[in-house]
Amino acid sequence: MNTPLFTGAEMVVKALSALDVKYIFGYPGGTVLDIYDAIFQQDDFEHILVRHEQAATHMADGYSRATGDVGVVLATSGPGATNCITGIATAYMDSIPMVVLSGQVPTTLIGDDAFQETDIVGCSRPIVKHSFNCRKVEDIPNVIAKAFYIAKSGRPGPVVVELPKDILIPDNKAEYNIETNVQMRSYNPTKKGHPKQIKKAVKAITEAKKLVIYSGGGIVLADASELLTQLVETLNAPCTNTLMGLGGLAGTHKNFIGMLGMHGSLEANKAMANADVILALGARFDDRVTNNVKKFCPNATIVHVDIDPTSISKTINAHIPVVGLIDIVLQQIIDELDETGFLPDQEPLATWWEQINEWRAVKSVSYQQDDGKIKPQRVVEAMYKITNGEAYVCSDVGQHQMFAAQYYPFDKPRKWINSGGLGTMGFGLPAAMGVKLAFPDSHVICITGDGSIQMNIQELSTCLQYNLPVVIVTLNNRSLGMVRQWQDMVYGGRHSSSYMESIPDFVKLAEAYGHVGIQIDTLDELDSKLEQAFSIKNRLVFVDVCVDEKEHVYPMQIKYGAVDDMWVKKGVKA
Amino acid sequence: MRRILAILLENEPGSLSRIVGLFSQRAFNIESLTVAPTEDESLSRITIATKGDDKVLEQIVKQVNKLIDVIKITDLTERSHVERELILIKVLAMNDKSRTEVKRITDIFRGSIIDIGKQVYTIQLTGDADKLNAFVKTLANETEIIESVRSGCVGIARGEKALRV
Repeated sequence: MNTPLFTGAEMVVKALSALDVKYIFGYPGGTVLDIYDAIFQQDDFEHILVRHEQAATHMADGYSRATGDVGVVLATSGPGATNCITGIATAYMDSIPMVVLSGQVPTTLIGDDAFQETDIVGCSRPIVKHSFNCRKVEDIPNVIAKAFYIAKSGRPGPVVVELPKDILIPDNKAEYNIETNVQMRSYNPTKKGHPKQIKKAVKAITEAKKLVIYSGGGIVLADASELLTQLVETLNAPCTNTLMGLGGLAGTHKNFIGMLGMHGSLEANKAMANADVILALGARFDDRVTNNVKKFCPNATIVHVDIDPTSISKTINAHIPVVGLIDIVLQQIIDELDETGFLPDQEPLATWWEQINEWRAVKSVSYQQDDGKIKPQRVVEAMYKITNGEAYVCSDVGQHQMFAAQYYPFDKPRKWINSGGLGTMGFGLPAAMGVKLAFPDSHVICITGDGSIQMNIQELSTCLQYNLPVVIVTLNNRSLGMVRQWQDMVYGGRHSSSYMESIPDFVKLAEAYGHVGIQIDTLDELDSKLEQAFSIKNRLVFVDVCVDEKEHVYPMQIKYGAVDDMWVKKGVKA
Repeated sequence: MRRILAILLENEPGSLSRIVGLFSQRAFNIESLTVAPTEDESLSRITIATKGDDKVLEQIVKQVNKLIDVIKITDLTERSHVERELILIKVLAMNDKSRTEVKRITDIFRGSIIDIGKQVYTIQLTGDADKLNAFVKTLANETEIIESVRSGCVGIARGEKALRV
């Protein structure tokens, strides 16, 4: 009996099925037409046709952030592939597992500047975890399996696979073999933390008099929230989350002291500055957290747990580094606490909490709503109430992102979806679409601004095609709010190119795309109209809220200062 | 401080560009870089001479290690090692005096003249960077250097210690 032979395009589809892919996001073009033809003839996964490849990457990204599965993108060579760059970089900065399959011109034409030829592996090299130039039909299944394994394991990230047209076409066939249990001699990410380091870490955190747990996106990515919560409760330690780590510990948990960093709470930043031991879990001492590294927590012993050794002692020197998967290391720490019976002294701990509660009493995350224009924070609070804090909130980038992070406490991980590392405007809507696809029965909000939403607004069309009824809430301040805020604070109020003079009528625009548009201009109609928006289940609702354009995001770290040098409100230092 | 890093990596298309890209992307310094397949053709070995303080070096080693193609990296300068570089240098040798002098300098440095033209000698010399620098300087005092090419340094640990899969 002859072994069946398959084309490269068929192998791509078979491999994706073997890897349990449910959705892929893409846009067809010359070099990938054979793959599209193979997709047409199968039922294992669905292809979502976007309107711009950047949106495909963000959709795959949002899908991945909400589910934990690898997001898959398919793009044609040349412009299709280069349009993916921003989305790949976004996923890279936030460690999101993603596989981008890119077409390429036939191998015989590579290097000739052929039509729609771009060296996408070269273009994407600094922003991928790894990439593959696939050159043989028979290599396709295992290259894809490796790409998935690399994307998902260790510190996750995007992987690009380049597939030239001549290995996809019908007259080039080979046997299909796939090994989904991937082994690589050059890549074996650490799993367990070194036992000696675990002992040192446990000693430090239990001897601490002023311990802070500082947890990041790693907790969310590793689904380690329950273990984190257990540790926080065992130690009765104060815990702050980074922007990426929100929901890692419940936002309403009594030990949660808010987000830290540039727009973090006073209590979080003060606790960091005054801590004698900082336990950093899956966080990377990003510049938006540390402020001036030279003034960062000089008296603290830093215990840093991370899967990526390069994150340790990159910006802030770690005294006790622990490399390992965060869920495994957390379990090791909890086990070590159990075995040794070590616990923090209650007396200094009580004093520490008294101090933290004093900082809390300042209520640094607050605002004043008078009778005038709607405050953006008020809109976020209203959404929180209506959705019982249970919605998936996908954000764009700017003031609205910070307001959402501050005023929508997340009680579960994977509910807060935003581009924290790269800060990609235009991320919110496609990310929300990816989430809605995975969780059609949940409220999925895209919170955005009049600037960000226009960066991928064409996806309203995709939403109609695939029935993705997300709720878009635009905090419309007729300007690029965060840019404007900086111009107010640092550039003498000169609003250089931060004002949009011809904003479209978003309600009409939504309607033109076949959706429902709702306009909110005054405070008295805010709650009722938002409720109306969230009561519509089967259609996308675009809510355009006219908010106070003068509102700034506070609290805010003072540039070049220590982590706790902050403006708590306009002109008022902490 | 000058360091010599030895890297063992998969001999795949693009693996060198990842190393070079990493150094430029993260503003790490490359003084010299050499690469060739090893006796096992599926592996390449790279030697990079670089400069940086301990903190920078720690990041370089970690970042290189993080590349998927990289199997091992070691800092040879951490312990006893041998380092060698090759230079091919073409100098003017117009008359008896300069020919004699060039030959004499070459012998003293234990180099060898590997090609002779009507008016030029081509010399090969191996050694560490210091020795090569001294050789070039001495030659330049005596005659005109037409061109030269250096291999960049390669290195290996002394004794039993080895960089292998």
